[in-house]
Amino acid sequence: MDISKFTSKKFLAKAGGLLAILVFLATFPIYSSNSDVDIGLIILMYIILTVSWVMFSGPTGYMSLATAAFFGIGAYTCAFLYQKSGPLLPLPAAIIAGGLVTFIFALVVGLVTLRLKGMYFAIFTFGLIMLLNQFMVYYELNILGARGQRVFPITNQTAFYIVLVILVLTLLAAYLIRRSRLGLAMQSIGENEAAAAHMGVNTNVVKIFAFAISAFFMGLTGAAMAPRWEYVDPSVAFNMLYSFMPVLMAVFGGMRELYGPVIGAAIFAYSERALRLRFPYHYMLAFGITLILIIIFLPGGLTGLVPTLKDKLSGLIARLRKGGQSERHANT
Amino acid sequence: MPILEGQGVTKYFGGLAAVSNVDLHVDQGEIVGMIGPNGAGKTTLFNLISAAFPVSSGEIRFKGQKLTGLKPHQICKLGVARTFQETKVFTNIPVLQNVLVGAFFGSPNRVSWADAARETSQALEFVGLSAMSAVPAKDLTLVNQKLVEVARALATKPDLLLLDELMAGLNPTEVSEAMELVTKIRDTGITILMVEHVMKAIMGICERIMVLHHGEKICEGTPQEITCNKQVIEIYLGE
Repeated sequence: MDISKFTSKKFLAKAGGLLAILVFLATFPIYSSNSDVDIGLIILMYIILTVSWVMFSGPTGYMSLATAAFFGIGAYTCAFLYQKSGPLLPLPAAIIAGGLVTFIFALVVGLVTLRLKGMYFAIFTFGLIMLLNQFMVYYELNILGARGQRVFPITNQTAFYIVLVILVLTLLAAYLIRRSRLGLAMQSIGENEAAAAHMGVNTNVVKIFAFAISAFFMGLTGAAMAPRWEYVDPSVAFNMLYSFMPVLMAVFGGMRELYGPVIGAAIFAYSERALRLRFPYHYMLAFGITLILIIIFLPGGLTGLVPTLKDKLSGLIARLRKGGQSERHANT
Repeated sequence: MPILEGQGVTKYFGGLAAVSNVDLHVDQGEIVGMIGPNGAGKTTLFNLISAAFPVSSGEIRFKGQKLTGLKPHQICKLGVARTFQETKVFTNIPVLQNVLVGAFFGSPNRVSWADAARETSQALEFVGLSAMSAVPAKDLTLVNQKLVEVARALATKPDLLLLDELMAGLNPTEVSEAMELVTKIRDTGITILMVEHVMKAIMGICERIMVLHHGEKICEGTPQEITCNKQVIEIYLGE
């Protein structure tokens, strides 16, 4: 009885905390300046990219650098469907289409590449960004006749709410996948792919499907950002930073718990903005050093500290108690 | 009727025949041992049966169905489970989840959470690891890691279990316990094919033994027949 009460209390506290954060985020654009909303939007965007990157690459250990490719496909899909000259679809439909096109594209890419292991997979996914980038440059110049696409604009506030909805969906999906048999299968693949296959895990199907789900959220995000930018061209849509930053943010925050990538991305994206304004020439240096220190001293990332601290704390409490007892013993 | 049959099973690595023209059969309910010096092709034969890689020629049948051309996960779902010579537990996840993987994915049908959980706790109890279900597999001793592999394989509900050097690296007490466990598994109706170097174990529990040497099967028979076989003595002790 006591235990169930305790857990339900804990559960309520967690739910309450989440609700408070959600209310804060939902009301944020109302009382904040336009530039603050802009920063908030970028932070939310990076949280989604990081969480969806960890969704696949975290448990399986397959290092994907295709985030920018999927982001760009989503952005371009939306740009074509939600043109400045006259949107072909309403905005929500254009964004969902961006996610779906990316999902299908990732299925095809996964089918071809997920037989590759380790470094080869990482290199292929990296090559994918350049391939798509160059393809769009060629396509726009030779077929469409002009570089870049004009997109029907939306305000920062609208973009913020759309991205917030996508973030909630991404977190929900990540939470459910971690607890599903798909999540277990991905973990077993990351631990030992051969053993997983011999235990009946259809490794190719699991990898391809999970890869495509994570790509879906990246595509949605790209699609949501396109109208905010009003203009999309290959170098904006397929910016390699969107591939590298989520990896760094995930390592920074730690990947064991779901909130690790969230915290990593939030701190990283915010400080990147803040530092770049104040120290435009040195901020990258600070980043580099911080990352090196984290990798050397905190291989589990920032949130990897939590269990260690808990251990230390409970050890300390135990020692204090023991000390108190022996003292009492000595007195008697 | 044999549960597992192989005819002319051959595997080349480059020009080297790791397994050469081996015929084998295992009957329902048997414990069959496979021995031979290092490099004789025992583990390769296991890898061919479980489709870790394809045969170069020959055919393997399980319950009359051709295994050639199937993927490892399909073979597992058909009812062939295995353990590994060098343990391949999922090191960073708890023992319970290790076994859960087998319970969920080893069956040809979709398994519900309740069934998988029951399957898993039964398998863990069977091998005696219930108390360690929350421990990450990497923190276990070698013998317990091997037991996790056995539990994981049992959770897939196999009809045939391939044990690749289960006893290697165990002390005499652990070997006796492992021998009991193997017999106990067979008594639940699971047929066993085992590769082993520990002679005490193989002579003690196998009904039939196959001897491989340089990829070829040189003889086959009861433990008694094998120990008296001149060729076997030559291979192991020299002329």
